[in-house]
Amino acid sequence: MLKYVIKRILQLIPTLFLVSIVVFGMVRIIPGEPITLLYGISEGGGASQEYMDKMKEELGLNDPLPVQYGNWIAGVLKGDMGTSLLTHKAITDELGNRYKYTLILAVWGTLVGSVIGVICGILAAAHHNRAGDNIVMVISMIAVSVPSFFLAMLLKLIFCLNLGLLPSMGLKSWQHAILPVATLGLGAVGLIARTTRSSMLDVINQDYIRTARAYGFSKVRIVLSYAFKNALIPVLTAIGLRFGSLLAGAALVEAIFSINGIGSFLVNSVNGRDYPAIQGTVLVLAASFVLVNTLVDILYGLVDPRVKYE
Amino acid sequence: MKSSVAKRFFKRKVSIIGLVILLTFFAMALIGPYLCPYDPLEQNRAVISQGPSLEHLFGTDYLGRDCFTRIVYGARVSLMISFTGVLSGCLIGVILGVFAGYFGGWVDVVISRMMDVMLAFPGLLLAIVIVAILGNGTQNTIVAIAVFAVPSIARMVRGVVISNKDAQYIGAAKVMGESDLRIVFTHIIPNSVSQIIVNVTLNLGTAILTSSSLSFLGLGVQPPSPEWGAMLNKAKDVLSRNPWEAFFPALAITLVVMSFSLVGDGLRDALDPKLKNVS
Repeated sequence: MLKYVIKRILQLIPTLFLVSIVVFGMVRIIPGEPITLLYGISEGGGASQEYMDKMKEELGLNDPLPVQYGNWIAGVLKGDMGTSLLTHKAITDELGNRYKYTLILAVWGTLVGSVIGVICGILAAAHHNRAGDNIVMVISMIAVSVPSFFLAMLLKLIFCLNLGLLPSMGLKSWQHAILPVATLGLGAVGLIARTTRSSMLDVINQDYIRTARAYGFSKVRIVLSYAFKNALIPVLTAIGLRFGSLLAGAALVEAIFSINGIGSFLVNSVNGRDYPAIQGTVLVLAASFVLVNTLVDILYGLVDPRVKYE
Repeated sequence: MKSSVAKRFFKRKVSIIGLVILLTFFAMALIGPYLCPYDPLEQNRAVISQGPSLEHLFGTDYLGRDCFTRIVYGARVSLMISFTGVLSGCLIGVILGVFAGYFGGWVDVVISRMMDVMLAFPGLLLAIVIVAILGNGTQNTIVAIAVFAVPSIARMVRGVVISNKDAQYIGAAKVMGESDLRIVFTHIIPNSVSQIIVNVTLNLGTAILTSSSLSFLGLGVQPPSPEWGAMLNKAKDVLSRNPWEAFFPALAITLVVMSFSLVGDGLRDALDPKLKNVS
């Protein structure tokens, strides 16, 4: 088991390496001088060609690309991602402050969505092709299709603007978190309920379930301790994927509830062409997602002993 | 065989509902603009932010533009973006998938790694990265949608190719002296057409969602274009004053996304009866 965990963590390194190459390469693909993109020194405008050349030399932009990459990644590993061109603050600090908000939304959204989704999925599978199943399927169909920004606006309109029950801006207290988490959670319910249902249906038709039924075990026991345990792997995958897309997808909900999360920071950076900030944010988001997927992989082994560790 | 696929597809009522909604929106995109009495960009200060009425079925926006007209024109923009994006992404995905699956070895390793890296940018992030590199605008939104569609199709085609490549009929074709390229195009791709169609249909729904999300964030199609997401971008600021302005574009997005997945699911069940119970 430990060997498997270590191996899985080691496998992270090549993926993270490739991701960092893409993030590093971004600024080099964009037309225009990297110096203006990364350090905001305007071409033509104020700076003379001489000054630009001097700065380029000083900042190491004349070094070969592998050396530049090495310097950049060494900085990142030490927690130095450069300075934001828009806010003139260290990007690491900017991200640290905002990551917290996005993480709260993504973690709680995934949690709420998973609990409700799994329950709905199990109920649907247990009542296959009956009314309960159809209701769950219709609701999850709608939940998958409704864009999160629509749901967020609808909830904001009803609960903040019309009823005045909940605050609509920022993330200062738990009351502030209710609507954003509900939005993200409901979006997750659709996917997770559907996955749970189909995975359960696959398992329920297998021989050992029939055997358990022949033994006269109660339906609840069969569904929960025999079927669900074995149906868990696709569900875990769906939850991991959903969590990843919530990290970036939270940007939409953050925009509506005026939350200073990492998503809204990314959007502002893209609009302001703040490339060092974009690089940092994209790297952090992609790395988080890769980490979560690894965690899910390790969990497979814990929930299902049939998963081979080799 | 074709007719039995159609029969199975039409047996599911929800698939028919999805198809009807989609066809309505296609009709809207094609002929709608000729039927609308208003101009989607013309501002009329006399009727700013009005609720739905007989003159303005879906009300007017904060600049006095008719929302119904804008949604009809927006159908053209949104559908055009996702179709062009997904189809070009599909083409690239099929080519990459075939190469990876058929030739295997280092070709497979390189392509598969590339796809893995693309999938490491979850959901909207990949699209945002593309826009960050290329800049916003309609054309770049299409590119973002295309790139977004590539990995899922490439992976699927690769899988199909690998599972087919050792089949007896491929061996027979090889013995007959057919070239690799010919085998791929006359035997392998036709075998995976049904799965490609299903994948494209499901991707089209995601594409509508992605492009409108980008535009909603101000990173995709720019105002004053009547793209649905771009309409919502402005509407969210006047939500309390004029909720209609947000409601109808959002409803349009939801309906189209839902219909694409209903039709996609229906097609999958109809084309592959073995999978009937799954999902």
